[in-house]
Amino acid sequence: MDLYEYQARDLFEKYGVPVLAGIIADTPEDVRAAAEKIGGVVVVKAQVKVGGRGKAGGVKVAKTPDEAFEAAQAILGLDIKGHEVKRVMVAQGAQIAREFYFSVLLDRANRSYLSLASVEGGMEIEQLAVEKPEALARIEVNPRTGIDAAKAREIAIAGGFTGDLVDKVADVFVKLYEVYAGEDATLVEVNPLVLTEAGDIVALDGKVSIDENAEFRHPEHAALADSATTDPLELKAKESDLNYVKLDGEVGIIGNGAGLVMSTLDVVAYAGENFGGVKPANFLDIGGGASAEVMANGLDVILGDSQVKSVFVNVFGGITACDAVANGIVKALEILGDTASKPLVVRLDGNKVDEGRAILAAANHPLITIAGSMDEGAAKAAELASK
Amino acid sequence: MSIFVNKDSKVIVQGITGGEASKHTALMLAAGTNIVGGVNARKAGTTVTHGDITLPVFGSVVEAIETTGADVSIAFVPPAFAKDAAIEAIDAEIPLLVIITEGIPVGDSAEVWAYAQEKGNKTRIIGPNCPGIITPGEALVGITPASIAGTGPIGLVSKSGTLTYQMMYELREIGFSTAIGIGGDPIIGTTHIDALAAFEADPDTKAIVMIGEIGGDAEERAADYIKAHVTKPVVGYVAGFTAPEGKTMGHAGAIVSGSAGTAQAKKEALEAAGVKVGKTPSEAANLMREIIAGL
Repeated sequence: MDLYEYQARDLFEKYGVPVLAGIIADTPEDVRAAAEKIGGVVVVKAQVKVGGRGKAGGVKVAKTPDEAFEAAQAILGLDIKGHEVKRVMVAQGAQIAREFYFSVLLDRANRSYLSLASVEGGMEIEQLAVEKPEALARIEVNPRTGIDAAKAREIAIAGGFTGDLVDKVADVFVKLYEVYAGEDATLVEVNPLVLTEAGDIVALDGKVSIDENAEFRHPEHAALADSATTDPLELKAKESDLNYVKLDGEVGIIGNGAGLVMSTLDVVAYAGENFGGVKPANFLDIGGGASAEVMANGLDVILGDSQVKSVFVNVFGGITACDAVANGIVKALEILGDTASKPLVVRLDGNKVDEGRAILAAANHPLITIAGSMDEGAAKAAELASK
Repeated sequence: MSIFVNKDSKVIVQGITGGEASKHTALMLAAGTNIVGGVNARKAGTTVTHGDITLPVFGSVVEAIETTGADVSIAFVPPAFAKDAAIEAIDAEIPLLVIITEGIPVGDSAEVWAYAQEKGNKTRIIGPNCPGIITPGEALVGITPASIAGTGPIGLVSKSGTLTYQMMYELREIGFSTAIGIGGDPIIGTTHIDALAAFEADPDTKAIVMIGEIGGDAEERAADYIKAHVTKPVVGYVAGFTAPEGKTMGHAGAIVSGSAGTAQAKKEALEAAGVKVGKTPSEAANLMREIIAGL
């Protein structure tokens, strides 16, 4: 899960990373009050999880609270690459002498952690990597030992820092790694990390991604989730603990196992090419246990999507038995009653497939069509969605 | 022959007394796996019984190995305890550790991997978040239904569990030497490349199916490896052509970020390495049938 800048700032502060005062606000009035409280020059910064906000007019310097009010009026509601600005952070202005770059992140390819650092900051990392690759240090960080004082100095020196700057930034690198490890992050990036005119190092803007698998040891992370901008169907699915992603199509999809569901989306999209270009409407993985309740919750979410014209249930019974899935579907339709109004194509294979198909056949439900294979089911569901 | 597990493998189950572990221990025994015991520190000295087989529960992996000569461990432990269980198995230098557990924090997996390297890489790790490994007719160390397909000349390696089942089902009339699910997490032990190397060296594997999915660059790196080192025919399938950017599709590792990790890029990389890539599981299965028919 990616965090907003203000959330990253708050985490930095918690770990003693030097940051400037920052107050989150969602109305121009609150922005004016925040600017008064902070005093002096402030920067009003759009809070969106997408880069390039500065160029899009999402960052404005304000010398007075009234200017901050006007800046907030201009920024709130802006559309930045499809992200509507709902909140801004009012940040204390900084007298910047120099700009640097630092990050630590998960390195999938090497099954390790990686730290990137450069004394030459002030541009996007992708740009820096292309234009000045020699200036960007890439240092592996052992997940078991992390970034201690010595490692931090190694990174700083590799990144081109010299003189007393080395110790100054190294101290901050250690604290930023504490954020990474302590919060179970997969990315902590500071761009820019600045040296102020007064000679202090400050993390001026931060990006943090945290690992949702680690929520069991960070219950407080649940509060960081961004419910304001999430799709309502995805929210509803989350309430039922369903692994659902809304897409833009007409064929609702339910399957078991992430890989099989992803594959089902593809097969339905290919089949749709023959039926007016209909597409999958969602990703929904019901996992191993396809109980009636899980099936009912899943169908309920999918049928709540007004774009959906048909539903394809694609289950390969591994450990899950097809008879249980078939019973789940039949009971789910009973639970949903008249809410269930779209045709359902069901493909079952694997464990207890004969029993499963027999249960569906016996139910003889007008909405259910049984498919003999994944390809056949996808074609049938696409055809039904195109009518 | 086969890779990584066979009829001589002596298997212990870490967390054998848990609900899932118990269910799957019974299924693994039914599939012919030589399970020699389990581990649960709090229930050391007790036994568990499945049908007419009674298995001892040991206090540690070391003790289980010393007593039974076990050379494979499968861990069914909750995410919060998976790191400790893995480190215990690595300390005991068990040759193969299969971690089924889903939802392990990736930082824990990174630490486990670093620890395994530090200890000289004596333990091969499969997973986490995987269906494990099956050598049909000999050993099931995982949760793959043993009834899907029998023994045969195809080696299968996949990130995804249910796609493994689907592909085994599609090719059930031909059969498999070994099918291995390596898991969909961002950090895993055994990779596509490790499995490809083992299948290449296994005389009973005549052709290989490799199943990938969006996210990361494991398939691209596997393609480079195939080009340089694999002489056996390889058929590929990649799931997630229609997955949108920035949305995680079920597996923590399955996400397209910018231009990286797309199914199309993986397909092109594999095809450039001479791999025949199917657009769908059934198309990939047909490509494999043609290859087997031509051998």
